[in-house]
Amino acid sequence: MSNVPGDLKYTKSHEWVRSEDDGSVTVGITDHAQSALGDLVFVEPPEAGSEVSSGDACAVVESVKAASDVYSPVSGKVAAGNDALADSPELVNQDPYGDGWIMRVEADDPAELETLMDAATYEATLED
Amino acid sequence: MGNRTAIYDAHVEQGARIVDFGGWDMPLHYGSQIEEHHTVRTDAGMFDVSHMTVVDVQGADATAFLHRLIANNVDKLKTPGKALYTCMLNEDGGVIDDLIVYFLSKTEFRMVVNAATREKDLAWLEGQAAVFDVQVSERPDLAMIAVQGPNARDKAAACLAEEDRETALSLGPFVAAPIKDLFVARTGYTGEDGWEIIVPESQADNLWRAFADAGIRPCGLGARDTLRLEAGMNLYGSDMDESTTPLESGLGWTVAWEPEDRRFTGRDRLEAQRREGVPRRLVGLLLEDRGVLRSHQKVIVDGVGEGEVTSGTFSPTLGRSIGLARVPAGAGDKVTVEIRGRRLMARVVRPPFVRHGKAKV
Repeated sequence: MSNVPGDLKYTKSHEWVRSEDDGSVTVGITDHAQSALGDLVFVEPPEAGSEVSSGDACAVVESVKAASDVYSPVSGKVAAGNDALADSPELVNQDPYGDGWIMRVEADDPAELETLMDAATYEATLED
Repeated sequence: MGNRTAIYDAHVEQGARIVDFGGWDMPLHYGSQIEEHHTVRTDAGMFDVSHMTVVDVQGADATAFLHRLIANNVDKLKTPGKALYTCMLNEDGGVIDDLIVYFLSKTEFRMVVNAATREKDLAWLEGQAAVFDVQVSERPDLAMIAVQGPNARDKAAACLAEEDRETALSLGPFVAAPIKDLFVARTGYTGEDGWEIIVPESQADNLWRAFADAGIRPCGLGARDTLRLEAGMNLYGSDMDESTTPLESGLGWTVAWEPEDRRFTGRDRLEAQRREGVPRRLVGLLLEDRGVLRSHQKVIVDGVGEGEVTSGTFSPTLGRSIGLARVPAGAGDKVTVEIRGRRLMARVVRPPFVRHGKAKV
């Protein structure tokens, strides 16, 4: 069974979002997503300072088998991409909610987070 | 639900992620494709390849039939059990399939063809066989297990009856022998030493489990693909098909031109290509920039033209991306590949990328 932490928000496209104390949000892909992709071999996070829009492709994760887009759950300015993933893409497999984070964003509108799914709703989508 | 091999239940018990592969429910991996890959390079792994099609060719005209059917020449096979890799061509020189043929006697051969091409292959074989005194019989009663890796033969031999071990271990490269109910061939699709073992369906599950108990790691189709690509081996349907000749597919070495009067099917076209110049060739690519080569990406050769990646992946052994690509004949040693809207540098190399655990590029 996939791990779906209760304190995060989720998208239909299997990203997770965590609100940080400084008002920014951290974004990654879920345990379900990394498991479905298999061993990741290449991750291209967005560059700090770039603008992202909710629903738009903002990063690329490639497994041995295929490339997939990561869609930004929120609009805003990228505060940081996870540069550690350049050398260690497997962090996404090993620790999708921790060291395998993809980017940190200063969201334009914090209320946008309220439109995302909570853990129970996301978990229900995985059972379909 | 697709077709299932005799070993399907064991795959599920061993934690396989099952995917559809040409109508077969096959294991993609058992947890980590990359770890399976490294196990084959450094120790011993095994693959269920029972979906592949075994075909026996028997009859007074068996040799004459194969002289016509395939581009390589079975006359190279002097000793029983010796194997030959070859393409089977259509009239226009296009590759219908690639296959291995084992010589058993002048009147008896065994072929192993691809799973995805089974129906058209069997139809073609039947059509071609009509004018020969030869029997072509598919063997759906047989399963196949490939054990591959530097320790694969030793670990697998320990699972055979004691009196059979020496026979199996004494097989030279690209040689097979019947051993009781098994047909053991020192061949493979990984660039490592090992055996491909054809086994009656009824015994396949037991043999698979015995191999697992002997420390041979189950590996899925995912690792099979990264291993064969590192080994520089073509995959039918990706790297060649009926629209390409062997000369355009890096397989010129499998075409036996001598003797000149052996008029195998497709020969006229290959001779014309050789005379006029082969317009495209299949090369290895090593991506210099960060990214991953994938099939159908556009390859740009400055001042010459464009080509296409036919197979691409991340190479677990080299830690970077490799691929095969079909490029215009005049391509030099540097090309660019269009990956997600950007042009990345790649170096043209001669496969294999990896052989017997060692980087070759």
